[in-house]
Amino acid sequence: MVRDNQVLLQMQGIVKTFPGVRALGGVDLDVRAGEVHCLLGQNGAGKSTLIKVLAGAHQPDEGEIRWDGEAVRLTDPQAAMKLGIATIYQELDLVAGLSVADNVFLGRERSRFGLSRPASAHRATTALLERLGHPEIRPGTEVGALSAASQQMVSMARALSQDARLIVMDEPSAVLDNEEVERLFDVVRDLTADGVAVVYISHRLEEIRRIGDRITVIKDGRTVATGLPARDTPTRDVIALMTGRSIEYVFPGREDRPAPAAEPLLEVEHITVPGHVADVSFTVAPGEILGLAGLVGSGRSEVLEAVYGARRPTSGQVRVGGERLRPGDVAAAVAAGVGLAPEERKSQALLLGDPIYRNITLSSLARFARGGFLSVRGEKAAARAQTEALDLRPVDVDREVRTLSGGNQQKVVLARWLLRDCRVLLLDEPTRGVDVGARSEIYALVRALADRGVAVVVVSSEIPEVLGLADRVLVLAEGRVLADEPAGALDEHQVLDLVMQGTPTHSEDDAA
Amino acid sequence: MSTPTTQAPPTTSTATRRPAAAGFLSGPAGRNAGLVIALLILCVVGIATAGDRFASTDNLLTILRLAAVTGVVSVGMTFVIIGGGIDLSVGALVALSSVWATTLATQALAADVHWVVMVGTALLVGAVAGLVNGVVIAYGKLVAFIATLAMLAAARGLAEIIANRRTQIVQDQDFLRFFSGSPLGVPTLVWMFAVVAALGWVLLNRTTFGRRTFAVGGNAEAARLAGIRVQRHTVALYVLSGVTCGIAAVMLMARTTTGSSTHGTLLELDAIAAVVIGGTLLVGGRGTIVGTVLGVLIFTSLSNVFTLNNLSSSAQAVAKGVIIVAAVLLQQRVAAGRRQRRSPRAVPPTAAEGAPAGASPGVPAP
Repeated sequence: MVRDNQVLLQMQGIVKTFPGVRALGGVDLDVRAGEVHCLLGQNGAGKSTLIKVLAGAHQPDEGEIRWDGEAVRLTDPQAAMKLGIATIYQELDLVAGLSVADNVFLGRERSRFGLSRPASAHRATTALLERLGHPEIRPGTEVGALSAASQQMVSMARALSQDARLIVMDEPSAVLDNEEVERLFDVVRDLTADGVAVVYISHRLEEIRRIGDRITVIKDGRTVATGLPARDTPTRDVIALMTGRSIEYVFPGREDRPAPAAEPLLEVEHITVPGHVADVSFTVAPGEILGLAGLVGSGRSEVLEAVYGARRPTSGQVRVGGERLRPGDVAAAVAAGVGLAPEERKSQALLLGDPIYRNITLSSLARFARGGFLSVRGEKAAARAQTEALDLRPVDVDREVRTLSGGNQQKVVLARWLLRDCRVLLLDEPTRGVDVGARSEIYALVRALADRGVAVVVVSSEIPEVLGLADRVLVLAEGRVLADEPAGALDEHQVLDLVMQGTPTHSEDDAA
Repeated sequence: MSTPTTQAPPTTSTATRRPAAAGFLSGPAGRNAGLVIALLILCVVGIATAGDRFASTDNLLTILRLAAVTGVVSVGMTFVIIGGGIDLSVGALVALSSVWATTLATQALAADVHWVVMVGTALLVGAVAGLVNGVVIAYGKLVAFIATLAMLAAARGLAEIIANRRTQIVQDQDFLRFFSGSPLGVPTLVWMFAVVAALGWVLLNRTTFGRRTFAVGGNAEAARLAGIRVQRHTVALYVLSGVTCGIAAVMLMARTTTGSSTHGTLLELDAIAAVVIGGTLLVGGRGTIVGTVLGVLIFTSLSNVFTLNNLSSSAQAVAKGVIIVAAVLLQQRVAAGRRQRRSPRAVPPTAAEGAPAGASPGVPAP
């Protein structure tokens, strides 16, 4: 199959550090012409950072990139493109309002004497789409009107039009159905037969077995294995490489957790959100931490949003302390004592340009108002008490939230709900963008809240986090609950196995 | 704890450095100081070119009286813009309110009861039109620009229908006497402007309503997820703007002794200009009433100085345009300088913190 065995791309010892986080701590990757090279790693392992380095979007701090045997520096995306590296991102970067042909030649419009030449662009686009086996996509169609799969083909046509010799595909199958995946594979096979190299990122092992040639596994920003044969490396070996992390987070002990005899505080019954959540039910007792594990797109966040009223379920109900919440009404959920720390802290939770105290009191303004008039002094005193209790630095509550580190920003969000004395706390990726040192603090804080009788639901992409923090774990895939077990009864391998295989039943023998 | 102590873990002190002492013009007070300086320069120019004709008490009161109508509307506009919206319909709403409050029927009722009926009618018409704006924008999910542009056209058209394109004379002498008075030597209209501005300041800075306005305009999604009823609040903002239009209509009725469908023509542009040079961000989330008041005064003084020097209104318009651009450019510079001082890192924080997560979406297309 592999016609050309020469090494096309070689990355060695790539290091990339962001303030407070070492995203890549020495990654090696070599890709041969004409192969499908699969990149595996858990969320947060550094895959996205790596492909951004490869695309020229990030500059590595250390390390060497060789292209065709020569050392190169990818100073910007244009440089990468010029070499023949094309990246197809998960979020497709197409202009919805332009035609297929316009998108394919965006930035490199065909023109003569300053006039565009649509006919020529159309012809070239038709040829590219035919080569990709999708002649049914018309070059004149508006891209926004195409299906996700067809849009992906347009991205691919764009890559080919740039004479790409290496195409990076970031979870291309995530938006496709089975039949579309088959056709994508046909395209990938044709491309590799022509000597194009493909770096393929996917969470679905079964796909990797079918399409991949070799596997590189990265974990915690390092390459832990490279050049594994994709077809016959045992699943358990792959999973073992992806797990077993070198950084151990300190999780608070959970031995003195309250007896689950208590009445459930949060009851979620048969919640359905079409396309995201299918008939999910669970209960959380006061003092209990429930973890939701699953891949991106498994419906984890949507479950939280439905509980919080930020997304309206088509059926099912949510009760807090026995009282039914009005569906799709955030203010009602907040009034009932529910709080959410959303996944995208900056865009969904914080007023970045406002001082700390205003962010903390935002959900409790009524408490500081008499006849609608606010007592700023009261606000600041309350906010200061919270920042001190949470060890939020700096203690100066007049500081703009924008200037805080990720961990301290998260503490601001938590302080908001602490101030409100919320009874149910929903945490979506509570440690995303939080540096390693501050994570343990957040964990301890969440446990302390639970010990005060708060019912906590935690969503995390990082399985060890869910297992370490939660009392009970719900494993979700494609909007369904695959397992509902005490955290102690599951280990990382089993959970990863469940979410990657998508097997609906939990079996002790297959896992491990 | 701004300086790291020996106990402080080194990993967590990255962002604890205090910014350098806030530079001149950086805070809201400083920005307003800039506006005050601009106003003073205008006064100096006025005195230099027109002497006593500018620096007389009469002229000062003229400036204030002319500023009053725009000023009242601009206060409402400030709320709408801080809340992340825009209201293009204010001029038309002033016209509609003035016409509705001076119809024969309304005036007849006012003659029977009290002239307050006219005032109430104007405020009610403004409030209801604002309610329509707000509902269409918040619940109909129409872009504010389009919704209020439609209201601009519709309200002025309705005013013309009601008035039959005729100017309606205010008959009630008590009404005119009340509003043309000068308690303590200051015209009632100027008092009204002062009271509206003061109430607006209190509402914006000292109440939950004001705080929520900043939150809704600064980050609507965060406000919603914090439990604020964003749609309801948005409606309230447009109603508030409509009420200020009703007040402005009453003031114009008193000043011109008429109700007319041509009242308040292009008032929306003057109001938005005043709000913007007053330092309120058009994207929402930031702004001050004091800045808006200063913005209104700057424009009115400018017109006054030009008029006293017999310069055409066309020249005034050109000067206005230049001032708007200059003021906004200056503000952007100041804002950019502030951001740089506050985050000393080389990498923009969004890129830095979004990147390590494995599943974060890709960078924008090259």
